[in-house]
Amino acid sequence: MISVRKGSALAVGAMLALTACGGGDSGDDRAGDGTVTLTWWHNGNTDPLKGFWQQVADDYTASHPKVKFKIEAIQNEQFQTKIPVALQSNDPPDIFQQWGGGNMADQVKSGKVMDLTEASSSWIDSLGGSAAGWQTDGKQYGVPYSLGIVGFWYNKELFQKAGITAAPATVDELLATIDKLKAAGVTPIAIGSKDRWPDAFFWEYFALRNCSTDTLKSSLSGLKMDDPCFLKAGQDAQKLVAAQPFQKGFLATPAQQGAGSSAGLLANGKAAMELQGHWNPGVMSALTTDKNLNSKLGWFPFPTVSGGSGAADVQLGGGDGFSCSYKAPPECVDFLKYVVSPEVQSKFGALNVGLPVAKGSENSVSDPTLKGVLDARGASSYVQTYFDIAVPTAVGQALNDAIANLFAGKATPDQVVKAFTDAAAQQ
Amino acid sequence: MASTRTVAGASGTDTGTAGRAPARPAAPRRRLRGVLELTFFLAPALSLYLGFVLLPILLAAWYSVYDWNGIGPLDDFVGLENYRRTLSDPVFRGAFWHNAIFVVLSVGLQLPLALGLALLLNRRLRGRGALRSIFFAPYVLSEVTTAVIWLLMLQPEGFVDKVFDVVGLGGLVQLWLADSKIVIYTLFVVITWKYIGFAIILLLAGLQGIPAELREAAALDGASAWQSTRHITLPLLGPTIRIWCFLSIIGCLQLFDLIWIMTLGGPANASNTMATYLIDHGFRRYEFGYGSAVAVIMFTISFVFAVLYQRFVLRRDTEGALTRMVR
Repeated sequence: MISVRKGSALAVGAMLALTACGGGDSGDDRAGDGTVTLTWWHNGNTDPLKGFWQQVADDYTASHPKVKFKIEAIQNEQFQTKIPVALQSNDPPDIFQQWGGGNMADQVKSGKVMDLTEASSSWIDSLGGSAAGWQTDGKQYGVPYSLGIVGFWYNKELFQKAGITAAPATVDELLATIDKLKAAGVTPIAIGSKDRWPDAFFWEYFALRNCSTDTLKSSLSGLKMDDPCFLKAGQDAQKLVAAQPFQKGFLATPAQQGAGSSAGLLANGKAAMELQGHWNPGVMSALTTDKNLNSKLGWFPFPTVSGGSGAADVQLGGGDGFSCSYKAPPECVDFLKYVVSPEVQSKFGALNVGLPVAKGSENSVSDPTLKGVLDARGASSYVQTYFDIAVPTAVGQALNDAIANLFAGKATPDQVVKAFTDAAAQQ
Repeated sequence: MASTRTVAGASGTDTGTAGRAPARPAAPRRRLRGVLELTFFLAPALSLYLGFVLLPILLAAWYSVYDWNGIGPLDDFVGLENYRRTLSDPVFRGAFWHNAIFVVLSVGLQLPLALGLALLLNRRLRGRGALRSIFFAPYVLSEVTTAVIWLLMLQPEGFVDKVFDVVGLGGLVQLWLADSKIVIYTLFVVITWKYIGFAIILLLAGLQGIPAELREAAALDGASAWQSTRHITLPLLGPTIRIWCFLSIIGCLQLFDLIWIMTLGGPANASNTMATYLIDHGFRRYEFGYGSAVAVIMFTISFVFAVLYQRFVLRRDTEGALTRMVR
């Protein structure tokens, strides 16, 4: 076996060298006539979102002729590597995709993100509690335009085939549902364990159901998991894995690529359920030729755990937003205000690819299942951001890895907690 | 003073010195010309080498002594802590051993296989050209394409499992990528599929260089086919085999793309290599200082191996070409 490329050993070094060299001119993109060009990096690299953001920019330019846009639509996974490199350079994008949480806190700590607290104070309340996920130390550093929650997407026809009439409300009922589906020859749950984060959704939901909201908040902000409820979460997850609800060879299944991915299995009727985010219908529709997919899909929230301290209406979620970089002109904030105005948010909701956050835009979501997710979000007492986003990135990834090991039978519940604690100690 | 002048005057009449005198101003000019020529021809390659090979290595070494998330200032100096953490992390050690397994399997299995196929394809047989193309074709595919194709074929009840079923070997079907005991060997098969064509082409080129007369002479002396292969072909193929081993081992040490796409180093780190570990920690965890330390360790391992191999194994092969040119 031969690879003649010598590059990979030096990949990181080369990337960082480019960072150090990169970026020529500094700063203001304002031309002599007062025209300003905003560079905008977003992750809507496919339609409908790509065309939608273009339209939003065009509309804004129409009403503000002095503001022009240079848009780059970047594939979601590439942001991980592109953003730190760009922020390190002298010429970062003015507006960029922001998921909030610990990742954003890293950027804030380095002084690369604009403090929007004052500039947004007059309108940020129109987003309700959603804006909290984009705050660090009480200051607003980003603005969300979509906030979704994770839950079970299921195939109604397969549930019917197995004689299941009601969605499981408790984990015991979920286990009974799994048995019924297996008896009917149906794979109960599809999971994309290769990507690790789908495993984490399960473990985190078990933590949400076992721990009180206060414990969750203090544990994640203090980076301490000393409450036994986190151990219980691991034990519950182990119990679920032991029931063997997943497809054959699930440890190597990708979450979203191809018909053999977990989303593809659900989309093609090869599995009955998948625990996934609000984006799943959009992902699934690209993986199947079934035009009636949406009418077959249902959604129910993660069931409760008997004896757990967590409330049933606490949900795991996260969303998409935008930040302005430290060098962006003030027009950036005004544009973000426009992006989350009820008018633009209603148009966004009508795309049925996300869940708008502005008050008064809820009715724009027309898809009935997605509407159900939106209602569950509205009824929730607390939306916990995905753990790997909420805590510093290094800690979050260490947690995901440990949970993935647990699903592979290579880690115990206390090793998961220990992985989190050890990574937190490095911070 | 006086004596000096005398000597100068004396030498002024000397024909030898007189002959040298006019040449004196020309010497710096020629040297300057030489320097300019060297600069002109070396600068592009040298600047690329400095900018894209040496500088990144030095920068990585510099970053590796800091705790750095890649965004903020480099101000948290931690000394060799990143190296200590890397070397004591069982996941990194596992990754290193996986690299080692790939090296051993490549040299131990892939080489004999490639050698056998090359010897076969070197004979006059019908459809030889077509066979050579077929074996070489996978090498032309990008590693990413290869990985995606095989990822789909190796899914449970996918193409590979169906083939096993059809030929009556259904009982041997495994969870090729999901079983942590098997995944690394599955990956090795895919790597072999992809790179064996390159080994065969290289060995075929080596075989072309062996004069047919030698084998003919051996045959006349009564040597069997095996004997002439063992005692004539293989020794004369030595330089090719040694250079292939070098490329292969370096490639194994830096294995990344294929594994990253097919398994992300999983399940449960069972197929991590040093390079996937590096990307996982450097980029996914935003631990660029730590990732740089891993990069430096990887570089050191590859570099030490390369130097030792050149010094002890390739010395005979490169003696005529390289050493004489340097002198």
